[in-house]
Amino acid sequence: MSYTFIAIMAVVIMTCVGIVFGFILAFADKKFAMEENPLIGEVKEALPQGQCGACGFAGCAKYAEAVVLDPDVPPNLCVPGKAEVADIVAKLTGKVAEATEPKFAHIRCRGGNGIAKMAYEYKGVHDCAAAKIIQQGPKLCKFGCLGFGNCVRNCPFHAMTMGENGIPQVDKNLCTGCGKCASICPNHVIELLPISAKVAVSCSSKEVGGVARKDCAAACIGCGLCMRNCSHAGGVKVVDHLAVVDASICHDCEEATCFAKCPTKAIAALVASAKKEEKIG
Amino acid sequence: MEYFTLFVGAVLINNFVLTKFLGLCIFFGVSKNLNASIGMGFAVTSVITMSTVLAWLLYNFVLVPFGLTFLRTISFVVLIASFVQLLEIIIKKQSPTLYNMWGIYLMLIATNCIVLSVPVISVTNEYGFLENLVFAVGSGLGFALALILMASCREKLDFADVPHALKGTPIAFIVAGMLSLAFLGFSGMI
Repeated sequence: MSYTFIAIMAVVIMTCVGIVFGFILAFADKKFAMEENPLIGEVKEALPQGQCGACGFAGCAKYAEAVVLDPDVPPNLCVPGKAEVADIVAKLTGKVAEATEPKFAHIRCRGGNGIAKMAYEYKGVHDCAAAKIIQQGPKLCKFGCLGFGNCVRNCPFHAMTMGENGIPQVDKNLCTGCGKCASICPNHVIELLPISAKVAVSCSSKEVGGVARKDCAAACIGCGLCMRNCSHAGGVKVVDHLAVVDASICHDCEEATCFAKCPTKAIAALVASAKKEEKIG
Repeated sequence: MEYFTLFVGAVLINNFVLTKFLGLCIFFGVSKNLNASIGMGFAVTSVITMSTVLAWLLYNFVLVPFGLTFLRTISFVVLIASFVQLLEIIIKKQSPTLYNMWGIYLMLIATNCIVLSVPVISVTNEYGFLENLVFAVGSGLGFALALILMASCREKLDFADVPHALKGTPIAFIVAGMLSLAFLGFSGMI
C-alpha cells in the first residue's frame, strides 16, 4: 500500500468514526432529552444573580432548582432579594413566604489610620487573612478591622468601599445583607444588623478598659455607662468588657439615650436610611 | 487459569495507579471521602470495561483491516469521549439517582489517562476478546481498590497528628508513595 493510500484511508476512517459518533450522540441527545421544569428558569430570572450563596445553595441556579423541586425549601431564603424576591418566588412556586426583615452589614470597628495604634509596619500581601497570620495583625488591637479590604473585594453587590481612614464603609442602599463580608472577615468584625436597628456598637475589642483604650482611641472600654443609661432594661449589656446591643429589646426604643454619655463614642445612633426601602431590585 | 493470572496481574501486580502511576488526578482528587471514592471506583470500572470492549472492536474490525493501527490513540480518545458523553445522557434520563451519585465523576473520567491506557495496552498486547474483557475488569477493580484504600487512609489521617507543613495533600502524596511501595511487594508473584 502506498503512503498516499494510507493517508487517505486514515482521513476517511477518522471522518467516518467522527460522523458515526456524532450521529449517535445527536440521536441520544434527542431521544433522552430532559425537559427542565420551565418554572426553574422563571425563578432563576427573579433572583438577583449575585451568586452570594447566602441562601445556603451553590448559587442562584441551584437555589431556583431546589425551591421549585423540593417542597421543604422555603421561598424566602434569598437574603439580597428581600421581601420582593421572596414574594415573586412564593407566587411562582405556590409557597407561603414569611416576612423577613432586611439586614445590612455593620463594621464594628472605628480604629482607622491614626486612631488605632500600630504594633508594627506590615509590608506583606495586601490581604486581611495574610496580615492576621503575623502576630494577629499589625494593629495593637487584635480584635479590630485589619483594613486590607477582603470584605470590599468580596462584596458581590459592590456595596463596600475602603474609606480614607482605612476602615471599609458600607453603602446601605447597595448592601443586601447577604453576609458574605461577615463570613470572610478573619476578625469577625462585621455583623448583620436589622434595618430597624437604632444604635450599634462600633468596636469589637474584648480587652479590659485600660488596655483597649491604650490600643485604640475609639475603643469600647466597657465602662457600662450605656448600660446604665438604657431606657429599656437590658437593651445594652457589657459582655467581656464590650457593650453589646440586644436587638430584641432595643427594637422598639423610640428615643435612644444609651449612647449619649459614651466617653469614646464607641456606641452611636445609626442614621436612619429611608432610601433603603425604595431601592431594591 | 490463564484468565485468572491475567486478572490478578491487572488488579495487584500491574495496578494502574500504584505501579504504573496512571489516573493520579482522580486518585488524589476523589480520595478524601470513602463514599465518594467507592462511587468513583465503580464508575471508573464500568466505564473502563465498556470503553475497552468498544475500543477492542473498533481496533480489530476497523483499524486492523485497513492497516491503520497507528490511529489507535486518536480514535480511542474520540471513542471514549463520545462514549462517556453518551453514558451521561442516558444515565441522566434513565436513572436520576445514579446520575446524582456518578454524574459529577463521569466528565472527570472522560479525559482520564487510565481509561485511555487500558485499551491501548490491551491492543498492544494483542489480547483476544475475552482476555481483553478480563484485563479491563481487572484494571478497573485495581483502580477502585487503590482508590478505596487511599480514601480509607486519608479519612484516618484527618484525625492524626500530622505536622502542620504536611497537612492535606503533602501527607497524601507520602501515603500514596507508601501504598505504592507496598504494592511493589506483589511484583514477581506470578
